[in-house]
Amino acid sequence: MSGQDVRPGREALTGVATGRKRRRKRGEQPMVPDAEFTSYYGKPIINGPVWHSPDIPGYLFLGGLAGASSLLGAGAQATGRTTLALTAKTGAFGAISLSLVALVHDLGRPGRFLNMLRVFKVTSPMSVGSWLLSAYGPLAGAAAASAVTGKLPRIGAAATAGAAALGPAVAAYTAALITDTAVPAWHDGYREMPYVFVGSGASAAGGLGLLLAPEREAAPARNLALFGSALEVSALKLMEHRLGMVAEPYHSGKGGKYLRAAEILSAAGVAGAVLGRGWVRRLSGAALIAASAATRWGIFHAGKDSADDPKYTVVPQRQRVTAAAEGSTSE
Amino acid sequence: MTTTDPASQTGYRDHPPRMGFFTDTSVCIGCKACEVACKEWNAVPEDGIALTGMSYDNTVGLGADTWRHVAFIEQRKPIAQQDAGLHHDTDVLAMAADEPSTDFRWLMSSDVCKHCTEAACLDVCPTGSLFRTEFGTVVVQEDICNGCGYCIPACPYGVIDQREGDGRAWKCTLCYDRLGQGQEPACAKACPTDSIQFGPLDELRERAQHRVEQLQDAGVSDARLYGESPEDGVGGDGAFFLLLDEPEVYGLPPDPKVTTRDLPAMWRHVGTAAVTLVGGALAAFAATAFGRRK
Repeated sequence: MSGQDVRPGREALTGVATGRKRRRKRGEQPMVPDAEFTSYYGKPIINGPVWHSPDIPGYLFLGGLAGASSLLGAGAQATGRTTLALTAKTGAFGAISLSLVALVHDLGRPGRFLNMLRVFKVTSPMSVGSWLLSAYGPLAGAAAASAVTGKLPRIGAAATAGAAALGPAVAAYTAALITDTAVPAWHDGYREMPYVFVGSGASAAGGLGLLLAPEREAAPARNLALFGSALEVSALKLMEHRLGMVAEPYHSGKGGKYLRAAEILSAAGVAGAVLGRGWVRRLSGAALIAASAATRWGIFHAGKDSADDPKYTVVPQRQRVTAAAEGSTSE
Repeated sequence: MTTTDPASQTGYRDHPPRMGFFTDTSVCIGCKACEVACKEWNAVPEDGIALTGMSYDNTVGLGADTWRHVAFIEQRKPIAQQDAGLHHDTDVLAMAADEPSTDFRWLMSSDVCKHCTEAACLDVCPTGSLFRTEFGTVVVQEDICNGCGYCIPACPYGVIDQREGDGRAWKCTLCYDRLGQGQEPACAKACPTDSIQFGPLDELRERAQHRVEQLQDAGVSDARLYGESPEDGVGGDGAFFLLLDEPEVYGLPPDPKVTTRDLPAMWRHVGTAAVTLVGGALAAFAATAFGRRK
């Protein structure tokens, strides 16, 4: 273990080293006053995620884009919007392929990625996700291939339906993936996170449709993007409100910056999608895709920050202990 | 839910009793023999010989290459007078009761993997690399681990970690190889004060209960057990502790909870969210049909 930036130097005092170092200077100030807590030399209690950016936030983003695009593609095909169907299906397959590359790249032992399919465990969202992706990937691929080549339309339609059936699960399960950890800013948000994620995915998929489809076919993509953005933003707000002090990393640091950018991009994208036509519409589609990505990056970094500061582990647990003790004495 | 026999629950029949550690920090002298013995026996690689400058603790915390970690805490809190001239026939406990107190004390504690009854690392492992042994302990199979890293943020204690340059996850095995030969783990064997006690968990719990009462009676009111209760958030630890202050002072979580207890609720929300997405997509298309008719 490395121990940088813990040298108190000649000012060191015994017995006071267990306090947390204060380093928040720039950026938004917390709305809640710093809670009193003790720690071991300010060291983190949990070991934070070793997952890397861009692999894992990229994976979260691309999985949402793919899953929701499969729904959009199936709907577009059913309603005879062939260009929208083509872009959504190829988008879904492209996104899921890239996301698989990111997943494997992030493994400590990429050569052993097939070990993911060694067992099936419902207690491991990553195991469930691996099986889900191994079913969804080929379906999305067949749907895209048929749409591009125009061959085997019946198989293409079946694959489109299959991908649309699994797509929502692909978009949503990643929420369980990150919340099923001891990372405070992720775990504590497990009630809202799936809605943030499917909203974000819908917004990105709608954005892709707005970016690439012709105007006469863009209406469902616009509607999906608006629905997704509204769900993403409102679920995130609800989560931050409920989390209290644990939500601080969503406002400060790297996570806060990404989420602020996501809000701005999302607002611009929604405005452009509603009002704009032509290139404004296409640009707003791109903004919505970027907003979805920024949301995932923001949540990713907020989680990492909440793991690195023992405050977010100790204070809520200490409050839980105190509440339990008070509860038992009052009985 | 509150079983203390995870080996049976895993499916072992005729298995040995659940084995574990009771680490009594009140007699830890901070010699770090456990750290050294662990590294030697398990051939854990060197991971930096830097001085932290924060205390005598240059190991900082548990990780892929640190399976025993001795914490050093200096406190302006009274304990029995620290006297270098103790003799073996001195009754330390009586001294604790009689001697005037100073306002300074050292706390030392050897931390280790807790081998939880409900182990989050094991639950979330997607490859089956982490498994429950017949002794009720939790061990990584290094020939299976593909370095996905999921176990690392899942652990509520910050025990398991990824080894740099190797990519796989590593942690204490409770010396699974030694246990199979009827031997005690290397750290317990090396501990000169029996601060680290190894044995069947039931016996250790009894012994710990007796010890904490002994200390309480001697006036050490801070003494408390940590991780011994099967009622806690992880169903009890296979390696538990006697502490002299709040757990967070030692870098331990005050009320850890295995994340997978909330997983059923998480899956429910994931399901509802997926249905919400389908509803949103249907509405997106339905709205266009409605708009066109108008």
